[in-house]
Amino acid sequence: MMLVCTDPEPDPEPSNHPDVEVWVAENDAAGRRLQGAQLAPASAATTVRVRKGQLLVSDGPFAEVKEMIVGFDLLECADLDEAIEVARAHPMAWAGRIELRPFADFEQ
Amino acid sequence: MDPAAEIAVPRASTDDDGAAAQRRAGNGGTAAGRAAAAQAVAATAVEAYPRIVAALIRITGDWTLAEDCTQEALERALDRWPVDGVPTNPAGWLMAVARNRLLDVLRRASVERRKLRDVAVLALTAATAEPMPDEEVVDDRLRLIFTCCHPALAPQARVALTLRTICAVPTADIARAFLISESTMTRRLTRAKTRIAEAGIPYRVPRGRALTERLPGVLGVLYLLFTQGYDADGEPAFAEEAIRLARLLVRLMPEQEEVTALLALCLLQHSRRTARRDTDGELIPLDRQDRSRWDHAAIAEADRLLTGLAGSGPYVWQARIAACHATAPSADATDWRRIAECYDQLVQVQPTPVVALNRAVAHGYAYGPATGLALLAEARVGGGLDGYPLTLAVEADLVARQGDRERAAELFRAAADRVSGDAERRALLKRARRTSGPAS
Repeated sequence: MMLVCTDPEPDPEPSNHPDVEVWVAENDAAGRRLQGAQLAPASAATTVRVRKGQLLVSDGPFAEVKEMIVGFDLLECADLDEAIEVARAHPMAWAGRIELRPFADFEQ
Repeated sequence: MDPAAEIAVPRASTDDDGAAAQRRAGNGGTAAGRAAAAQAVAATAVEAYPRIVAALIRITGDWTLAEDCTQEALERALDRWPVDGVPTNPAGWLMAVARNRLLDVLRRASVERRKLRDVAVLALTAATAEPMPDEEVVDDRLRLIFTCCHPALAPQARVALTLRTICAVPTADIARAFLISESTMTRRLTRAKTRIAEAGIPYRVPRGRALTERLPGVLGVLYLLFTQGYDADGEPAFAEEAIRLARLLVRLMPEQEEVTALLALCLLQHSRRTARRDTDGELIPLDRQDRSRWDHAAIAEADRLLTGLAGSGPYVWQARIAACHATAPSADATDWRRIAECYDQLVQVQPTPVVALNRAVAHGYAYGPATGLALLAEARVGGGLDGYPLTLAVEADLVARQGDRERAAELFRAAADRVSGDAERRALLKRARRTSGPAS
């Protein structure tokens, strides 16, 4: 899972940032990108918690963070090095940050 | 496995020791026979341990299992060799025992067939009782080094994992160097190994652009390992481990100039190891060391390594600087202008505050203290040197050479207050006394 996040300190040269359409086209063509989407802004978020059986619904993201998740992509990669190569080519690696996290392996 | 049962692999053994021990070890279970066999086990393990661990990890992907099986093979050797004599191919014997142990464990765990088949293939290769084809084995160890030094691991975990898995340094010794308890270090190592599996860190040597990007990280771990050993209060054996690993890396990647330069740099610094302390164990500054006590064979080797390097990477420049110091017949005869030139180049490829500080020192000696102080002021801009105690020592030295000995002594004392190592503190206080005292 590739979580696409904002970052308070982006790369200072936006003209160098890669094109997201190219990135999507390349990884779709390679059969590596299984799914992916951009999320609505944090102002559209709703937080749900249950405490002592009571439903608590509130607006906004669950924490005041500067690095917010703005999208995700589901990738099929052989290993971390391949995933890093894919992530570095995404414009948000430059304008924000990307978190890579494999799915939990319950076989082990 | 109980970490206390780990077998320490002595770091200073050479092939000669191994051969000698082998000749002596054939005489059954006497005390002398046991001692000789233990020596033979240790001498064999220096080379064989990382090879066996690396091969077993490649097949199983299980780091802990690979280490445990290799450790058990070493323990078996300690039991059997005093009685049966040292085998003609000790490394092959260890590999065979470790592989059999692995087969046992895997059979009991009934893993899928593919892994078992791979182990069987390995068994066939090892059963020829000849060392395995160099190409493949070499590749395994390189894989191990690059995986231990992967940037997705915490920097400290990289050093610890390298020491434990490649150098077979006991966990207790690593813990002591990091000033933490053995159980904490055991947990950290376990966490690092778990992370390799969970994060999907590959067991592979990167190629092309990725290799260029990852190599500095590997060299960084090696150099950190070296300085951990070389530091005044460090673990001296780590310095030798680092040199051994650097030699291995040079053999594996002879085309990489930065690797060769790192080996040269370590050899040059290490050449002063016996000359840098007086009989009380106090540090002696470079200009007061007895140069006849430097390891001139190591210096000559480094010099040979550096000849013909065209590169302009950070380790090449650092090694060239170290070579200028090491080949100067006396402190006064040091070619400071050449050193200053090298620092001008180094600061281009490695623009860190500490390099800028050392550049100020070099220019101070080459062109006078005023030039040095001007560059020092430049290096301090941005605050990167705040809290770096040696900045004060550098300023003290420059100020002293301008004639203000009062102020210099004051600065040496201030530097001594801020350093963390005891030996360094005493050395700085000594300089403060010498500066304020009558001219020597």
